[in-house]
Amino acid sequence: MSEPLIKARNLHKYYGIKDGLFQASQDLKALSGVTFDLFEGQTLAVVGESGCGKSTLARLLTSIESPTSGHLSVDGIDMADSQDKAMSKKLRQTVQMVFQDPFGSLNPRQKVGDIIQEPLLINTELSASERREKALDIMRLVGLKDEHFHRYPHMFSGGQRQRIAIARALILKPKVVVLDEPVSALDVSIQAQVINLLIELQKELGLAYVFISHDLSVVRHIADDILVMYLGKPVEQGPSKVIFKAPKHPYTQALLSATPSTNVGKNKKRIKLTGELPSPIDPPSGCTFNPRCQHAQKSCKTSEPVMETYGKSQAACLALDEDRI
Amino acid sequence: MNTETAPVTSIRSQQWKEFWFYFSVSKTAVAGLIFLILVILMALFADVISPHGPAEQFREYAKLPPSWMEGGQAQFFLGTDYAGRDMWSRIIHGSRMSLLAGCVVVVLSLSIGVLLGLIAGYRGGWIETFIMRVMDTIMAVPGLLLALVLVAVLGPGLLNAMIAIAITYTPSFVRLTRASTLTELNRDYVTASRVAGASPTRLMFVSILPNCMAPIIVQGTLSFSTAILDTAALGFLGMGAQAPIPEWGTLIAENRDLILNAPWTVTFPGVAILLAVLAINLVGDGLRDALDPKLKRS
Amino acid sequence: MALLEIQNLVVDFATATGSLRAVDGINLTIDEGEIVAVVGESGSGKSVGMLAMMGLLPWTSTVTADLMIFDGQDLLNMSNKERRKIIGKDISMIFQEPMTSLNPCFTVGYQITEVLSQHFGGKRRGYNDKAIELLNQVGIPAAESRLNSYPHQLSGGMCQRVMIAMMIACQPKLLIADEPTTALDVTIQAQILELLIELQKSQGMALVLITHDMAVVAETAERVVVLYAGQQVEQRTVKQLFKKPKHPYSEALLNALPERANDKLLNAIPGVVPGQMDRPLGCLFSPRCDYASALCKETSPNLNDGILCHFPLGEESIKVESQ
Repeated sequence: MSEPLIKARNLHKYYGIKDGLFQASQDLKALSGVTFDLFEGQTLAVVGESGCGKSTLARLLTSIESPTSGHLSVDGIDMADSQDKAMSKKLRQTVQMVFQDPFGSLNPRQKVGDIIQEPLLINTELSASERREKALDIMRLVGLKDEHFHRYPHMFSGGQRQRIAIARALILKPKVVVLDEPVSALDVSIQAQVINLLIELQKELGLAYVFISHDLSVVRHIADDILVMYLGKPVEQGPSKVIFKAPKHPYTQALLSATPSTNVGKNKKRIKLTGELPSPIDPPSGCTFNPRCQHAQKSCKTSEPVMETYGKSQAACLALDEDRI
Repeated sequence: MNTETAPVTSIRSQQWKEFWFYFSVSKTAVAGLIFLILVILMALFADVISPHGPAEQFREYAKLPPSWMEGGQAQFFLGTDYAGRDMWSRIIHGSRMSLLAGCVVVVLSLSIGVLLGLIAGYRGGWIETFIMRVMDTIMAVPGLLLALVLVAVLGPGLLNAMIAIAITYTPSFVRLTRASTLTELNRDYVTASRVAGASPTRLMFVSILPNCMAPIIVQGTLSFSTAILDTAALGFLGMGAQAPIPEWGTLIAENRDLILNAPWTVTFPGVAILLAVLAINLVGDGLRDALDPKLKRS
Repeated sequence: MALLEIQNLVVDFATATGSLRAVDGINLTIDEGEIVAVVGESGSGKSVGMLAMMGLLPWTSTVTADLMIFDGQDLLNMSNKERRKIIGKDISMIFQEPMTSLNPCFTVGYQITEVLSQHFGGKRRGYNDKAIELLNQVGIPAAESRLNSYPHQLSGGMCQRVMIAMMIACQPKLLIADEPTTALDVTIQAQILELLIELQKSQGMALVLITHDMAVVAETAERVVVLYAGQQVEQRTVKQLFKKPKHPYSEALLNALPERANDKLLNAIPGVVPGQMDRPLGCLFSPRCDYASALCKETSPNLNDGILCHFPLGEESIKVESQ
């Protein structure tokens, strides 16, 4: 088995929140104990709702922020060494990102050509004409036309802007692309175009994707592996086929059940999740999911579950552990 | 090669067309713009238009009323002052002073203010606190008073007056820019540049600054008019442009004693100030409406 | 008699680059107690159509229709004063962004009681009990203490529930929900949709659900209207549409969903929705349609049994090689 491109071990990220001048700072536990491997050419989907920590994970992977504790290495480079200029440059060329909002992720005052060239301008010594050539090449690859080079972002539709964002992410020839809800803001017909583009690019360039999304129907189609998160903690992970066929964790089951589908007439037994998502500053004690879980018992309020392997996937659930479900 | 230039010019002209559409919705803004252009032309071609030299004295025609009043003469359109100098010529030449004052003040205060605002917004921490408190201190003192004090320190004169006024205008630019910077800092495109490895300087000036320009431009335009007013005020108090420079405020100061005997000597410079300031304010309003994205769009 | 009847609604906007036709002939009939979904992508005019009916569009818009009657009253030629009596009372609307739909400066209790006092008269404070009752109805725990909460203290799902409470306060006959769950998490979305259906049944309201999510339509609505580029292309019952769509756009839209993909690549619809400048001659969908013929590209189709297509899909339809 070859070395994984991304090796994450027990990642934690805490933010200190001060609730007033004289109060002690509380910890916002954005990420608690994330572990996964990502291999070349694969897609790992990170799934969860608000506050689950997926955006924080994206920031850690693109070295915008460093983990509070835990180990993260990308293509053999330990992230802890990212303070070194040469190392951070190499990291940048290995991991790039595509953002969710096609309208906010492009600078409205820069022409498309300049936006796409910017990473080259910052990281390489290429001449202006060489940069232009590379930018035009990438634009053709993602389905944009040469004349789009001189236009401003507001002249493009959502789908085209995402193509521009993808072009910008690919110009440094990264090995890993982190995609933070790349199609959530797009119409269904455009979503399909962009997803197809991503699939084709992955095959052609051998890219690995970290695909963050809350849309399970898209995830089901594109992911090899899934990591389900709740309030910063991983609750279930494993191969996508296994998890979609037989989800083990109650939260995963509820998520799948809540996702609407167009198969009319198929009477789905809906698992009703009561209550709201708790705040990450003050999470429930024990298993963070226990207030909303239908299988919760007394022990769930006091002890925290650990990721255990069940067959081909892993889940963190006390009920599973105790063979209650 | 041809495909490069054709799209650029058509996109530019389309942007200007769109801008003009929203600007011209306000008829007053267009009127203000026309008047402002006339004033600028007047200042540029002052030597050609003005019938007499601004310092040329016609002692025998001192304190002559405007040409349409009894006793007035056609060659002195708006009358003459105490030294026999033609008011109309002095007002035309004075437009140069006023426009110059507006430009210098705005350029100085805008460049320093925007720079400080960017740094304060981007860095945060104690740098931000320091800059903002200094600005708070400047704002705590009434503008004109502060300018007077500064001029008293630096010595009277048009240039010093302009520097003093520029210092009093800086805080508003700092606050505007800092507010815009804070908003833009969290946008995805800034994060995207950061992921690409942009340095803080590049982030500030290439990514963030161009997106903060709209409120800054509007503030700059309105500061232009206030600068003219304040320069005139300082001139009137004798602390600005010194005689015989025909700055409009100084004109009023020189002829202060003649208010009752020869009111035209103070009225017309005053009207000139009024119209110029009004025109610039109307243009500023129109600019703000045209540049404000929330007021646009159907 | 139908509760709401709209015929040939047309909305034009004056823009910097000329006139934009956002809605081009919508026909909608809604009976009491029905759930109808209006489906379309961006640029389809789905929100604009409903906003036009409510009189909530900006000054740059021109609204015309052959007929726009609600509960026997003519909405089109009504004065603003008369319209205000109906909007918020008999017709209500909830919007997409719950966090920004509520006024951040006032408490939740204030906003609910304000609606009640506006429409039923009397002092605002007198309606506090009714407000608590409403909050309970929409499933907000500890309703009495919530009266004094500000919107920023509530989560997205809670805000949306408060919005719903405000909108059903006057027991409207028709509730329009404009993408009510798009900004919410999946599990909260399920809760809110369930709440809407429950309230709709208990209050006998008609519900118009505007959305771009076909799956939500499948699970919630009885009838569905499909819009494309401002035009109404199909109107059927939900079962019929999802089983066998008759308009090529509806079929393409359903096929583009990930769950209907046959192999690795999805069945994407090529091209984009026509904007203001590039409206094609003939059928607006023809540049992207798999079945488009020469006739489709030249002449605009008329309504063919409720379907805006020259050749509605049936057993005989054959796909043409797209040019």
